[in-house]
Amino acid sequence: MFTFTIRRLILTVPTLLFISFVIFMIVKLSPSDPTGNLPLTIPSEVREQIREALGVNKPLIVQYGLWLKQFFWLEPRIYLEHAFGWDLGTAGETRLISYQTRSPVMDLIMQRMPQTLMVVGTAYLVGTLIALPIGIISAYKQYSVFDQMGTLVSMIGFSVPPFFSGVLVIVLFSVMIPSDSYFWLPSIYDTTHEVTDWESFKFQFRQMIMPVMVLALQITAQISRFTRASMLDNLNQDYVRTARAKGMKEKTVVLVHVLRNSMIPVVTVIALGIPSIFGGAIITEQVFKVNGLGQLLIIAIQGGDVPTVQTLTFIFAILIVLFNLIADVLYGILDPRIRYD
Amino acid sequence: MKLKPALLGAAASLAFVPMAMADGHSGERGRDGAVSIIYWQAPSIMNPFLSGGTKDVEAGSMVVEPLARYSETGELVPWLVDEIPTTDNGGVSEDLTTITWKIKPGIVWSDGTPFTSADVKFTADYCMNPEGGCAQITKFEGVTNVEAIDDLTVKVTFDKPTPFPYGPFVGGESPILQAAQFADCTGAAASSCSEQNFNPIGTGPFKVVEFKPNDVITMEANENYREEGKPAFATVTFKGGGDATAAGRAVMETGEFDYAWNLQLAPDVIANMEKGGKGKPVAGFGPLVERLMLNQTNPSPDLGPEERSVIRPHPFLGDPAVYKAMSMAIDRPLLVEIGYGKAGKVTCNWVPAPDAFNSTSMTCDKQDIAGANKLLEDAGWVDSNGDGSRDKDGVELSLLYQSSTNAVRQDFQALIKQWWSEIGITAELRNVDSSVFFGGDAASPDTFQKFYADVEMYANTFNGTDPQSYLANGLCDKAPSPATQWQGENITRFCNEEYDALHKKLSNTAGLEARAEIGKQLNDLIVQEGAIIPLVHRGRLSAHANSLGGVKLNVWDSELWNVADWYRVK
Amino acid sequence: MTDTTQITAPPRNQWWDVWDQFKTHKGALIGAVFFILIILGVIFGPWLWGVDATHIDIRSRNQGPSLAHPMGTDQLGRDTFARMMAGGRVSMAVGLTAMALALGLGTLVGVVAGYFKKLDGIMMRTTDLFLALPLLPLLLVIIMLFRDKLNSAFGPEGGIFILMVSAIGATSWMQTARIVRGDVLAIKEREFVLAARSIGTPSRRMIIRHILPNVLSPIMVSATLGIANAIITESALSFLGLGFPPDFPTWGRLLFDSVDYLQQYPERVMWPGLAISLTVLSVNYMGDGLRDALDPKIRGR
Repeated sequence: MFTFTIRRLILTVPTLLFISFVIFMIVKLSPSDPTGNLPLTIPSEVREQIREALGVNKPLIVQYGLWLKQFFWLEPRIYLEHAFGWDLGTAGETRLISYQTRSPVMDLIMQRMPQTLMVVGTAYLVGTLIALPIGIISAYKQYSVFDQMGTLVSMIGFSVPPFFSGVLVIVLFSVMIPSDSYFWLPSIYDTTHEVTDWESFKFQFRQMIMPVMVLALQITAQISRFTRASMLDNLNQDYVRTARAKGMKEKTVVLVHVLRNSMIPVVTVIALGIPSIFGGAIITEQVFKVNGLGQLLIIAIQGGDVPTVQTLTFIFAILIVLFNLIADVLYGILDPRIRYD
Repeated sequence: MKLKPALLGAAASLAFVPMAMADGHSGERGRDGAVSIIYWQAPSIMNPFLSGGTKDVEAGSMVVEPLARYSETGELVPWLVDEIPTTDNGGVSEDLTTITWKIKPGIVWSDGTPFTSADVKFTADYCMNPEGGCAQITKFEGVTNVEAIDDLTVKVTFDKPTPFPYGPFVGGESPILQAAQFADCTGAAASSCSEQNFNPIGTGPFKVVEFKPNDVITMEANENYREEGKPAFATVTFKGGGDATAAGRAVMETGEFDYAWNLQLAPDVIANMEKGGKGKPVAGFGPLVERLMLNQTNPSPDLGPEERSVIRPHPFLGDPAVYKAMSMAIDRPLLVEIGYGKAGKVTCNWVPAPDAFNSTSMTCDKQDIAGANKLLEDAGWVDSNGDGSRDKDGVELSLLYQSSTNAVRQDFQALIKQWWSEIGITAELRNVDSSVFFGGDAASPDTFQKFYADVEMYANTFNGTDPQSYLANGLCDKAPSPATQWQGENITRFCNEEYDALHKKLSNTAGLEARAEIGKQLNDLIVQEGAIIPLVHRGRLSAHANSLGGVKLNVWDSELWNVADWYRVK
Repeated sequence: MTDTTQITAPPRNQWWDVWDQFKTHKGALIGAVFFILIILGVIFGPWLWGVDATHIDIRSRNQGPSLAHPMGTDQLGRDTFARMMAGGRVSMAVGLTAMALALGLGTLVGVVAGYFKKLDGIMMRTTDLFLALPLLPLLLVIIMLFRDKLNSAFGPEGGIFILMVSAIGATSWMQTARIVRGDVLAIKEREFVLAARSIGTPSRRMIIRHILPNVLSPIMVSATLGIANAIITESALSFLGLGFPPDFPTWGRLLFDSVDYLQQYPERVMWPGLAISLTVLSVNYMGDGLRDALDPKIRGR
């Protein structure tokens, strides 16, 4: 397993390089333009000058090479300088600059990271924690009332998109409930809010309730369905009968033996989901104005902001490759029969 | 804003301050605490020269200011100067080639240093630097020299007589930057100065505390602001992002925000929000017109890339019977009612404002399906093959009608398609994501400039109150084509010698009345020759909380132009 | 869960057994009936109802449910019932085709990668690549490159249909592939597979007879989630102007357009929301029943 992990890690480098090139070509070819959202009163010669100043018109390969250099060589050094106060001679070099804000892309990402991790990360955690018990009980008591309710709620939860469920909870909790009521919740997330004491924590909690719940609904639906299906498959296996025949406690049978063997698809889904925490939740962030990484990405896409889109998507790609590797390692731990070598 | 002179005087003496505050709108600086503004498009930079986006210009206008700006009635008002230079007061030279601005004495930047003519000159150099990619360079068109005569006098020289010299340093798009702060940010270095671009030092009522690009701006009152007792608010939270519905809701229904910008929403949605009782919408009208552009070239996909939307004429849109019938079939009052409500008016003109330029020679507020049918019938367009669309000499009246993606536009498309089908013209609809449609990417077939469709719908406007450069959008040589990499503003490819000659005359004429006369003729010509079918004169609709006083919606300049006068109604 | 005793069925076509078992599953049966009703409704409904979904009757706009308009009318006076049926046609077609495409591709990649060790690396790296691609720019590129060509070959509606289905299908198979592969990796090492291999079962037979039936549950779940996903992705894309022409109703689009009217006309949001949820639920129950019916251990219980 160890040699496998090392080999896969080494293989990651060419894979990621190839992925970065494909992403670059797609983002570059896509017809959004950095001047697309400017008012029509700005004539096209001026737009062309703006493009020229941004370096949009340089040859593709030059732009890609520059991006590679900035992302892999310059930005890590700047990070080290910041972290340790070293001087690695980065002064005067042009950083990876966003077309829209004319500021370093990495700074934008660092600025957005906290609110995204806070909201989307919490939602993922909450969603998973709710989903696992629901999935397990639903499978164990298949076709019971609990199972049927679970199915109904999770299916509706999955088929109702956040652009609707988000607005619905806003209308319910921010509009219908008067704002001086205890149950009123803010419809617009305050990204400048800092938690310093109990009061500010309570405010942070209140403003997170709606976006977290809307997101968690979808995550719960998905994970609980996969858990339930996989548990059902395993509950009928011979080893369960054997374990029971040996007089093992029912709790041990279900929660240790069956659960462990049912985790493979669940681990896959969760491993696929964790990078998406970083990707943010585009629609939910938009509805509640969380303005995290998802909103950064969508605005950058709409604004033809190639450096931002490219960098965000590439970091996303790194996480995907990494977490899929972690999932593969976990398979081996969950089921020692799985061999990669 | 009703400032009672007696109270204003009294405010200076400390004993009367409580009374002044009780009145609600005068008193000491920062007395009203916090105000919150929401723009559903988030500002990404505070320097309007590096981004022409309205959201960025308006956010910036709270901090950096021009020498003069337009008031809510479209008049020029002095801002950082004592008076508007004219030929009468000698500020504009007799030959119309120079304009001299006299800066109001005693103005200081928010860091306490004096505001001088050197800053003004620097700003011109900054924008006119060819490597900087300045988005507002058109403001400086024709400027050959900007000269600081003394500390408080700036003289701008143009390369030819300029009847309307109020381009540079006028309006929110062209404010003054501090020379000391931006000295190292000229030319190619403009992009790398993110610190300066996010936190510009200005003369405005507020200064930036923290700028989170595309998210939120925190500002506080500028303690060096030139007017005593202003601004009334100590801090500003300027939130961006989301959509217009959510912004309107936050002001009018939940009361979380005080001011919401540009609510492009269906009238009944706005009306319902108003019932929330926390705020009210305000509308103002500039020259923005929602219009149909009729392609004067042949957009057939069978033509090659060098010919498509380049060669003339269009198979049928050049026929006056066809384009007149298309216009007659449209029920404009209904479009206004459904799409814009209070924020829309029927118009037959390409230039509906300012009033002096609004032509009154045409009427179009009555739908006339029967008349349109007769017109087509008489011109020989009949449905000879029974496929639902009229035809003549093998040409079918069937067209592709495209627009950008936007709920109101899609409703308009559906309605107009139906009306046209009633007069025997079939339409295929297409909507394109606005970042692509307006993006101008020469490789994309879907840009409004390429116009690979017969009819397209969008809105356009002009800055300030003079439409000369806007009217230039009808000149032959401004037509986009492969030779110009599809650049150019004459989207319909309208080409008319008479029009070109008339526009030339306009650019050499001074005097508002004479200019307005020519402007109206140009407007009538382009509409009557069938290049444009104007639909709706659109206003700007914003909303403010009932507790926010002093709001004067301004469509000629930044909406936040008088933010220094805003106050809390108590 | 009680212990199962297997009853040997009389020797007949095993698909009859499957059908018998499926019939006994009440949820599956109800789901199937609903599903068929929805399909019939969207196919024959517009023809029976006879009202054009794009016809604008501006005088009767914003009406509540009535005899003339059982689901009311929208802001332009179009009949919502007719729009629901016409929209269902597109949404169901897009949802089912895109789901089938995603499922087929996902299962194929997952099984092949899990079963053949040599192909695992390259196929999973390809999966990683597809997972990492940003959907929106990708679609913009696809549309820019292919729309005009497909339009001229299949007409504007056919062209955009093929484009949407293949775009949604091509970008949603990766999860299924990863999940199936994970399960295959584990099942491959089970005793019965080793046994089958030791008697020289060829790979093809091995996959179809032994591997596939055992990874059916996650595939069924993917199918259910996939159909909802496809319908909603389509709505997001039409909203961005990347989908069908604007006057062309789909469920997702109807839902999206009515969200602004949530407070005034709540029923307008309800119809498409209900339709999508019911479709997804019925597919879910059918999937449940099918899985049970295909599992020999449960079948005949």
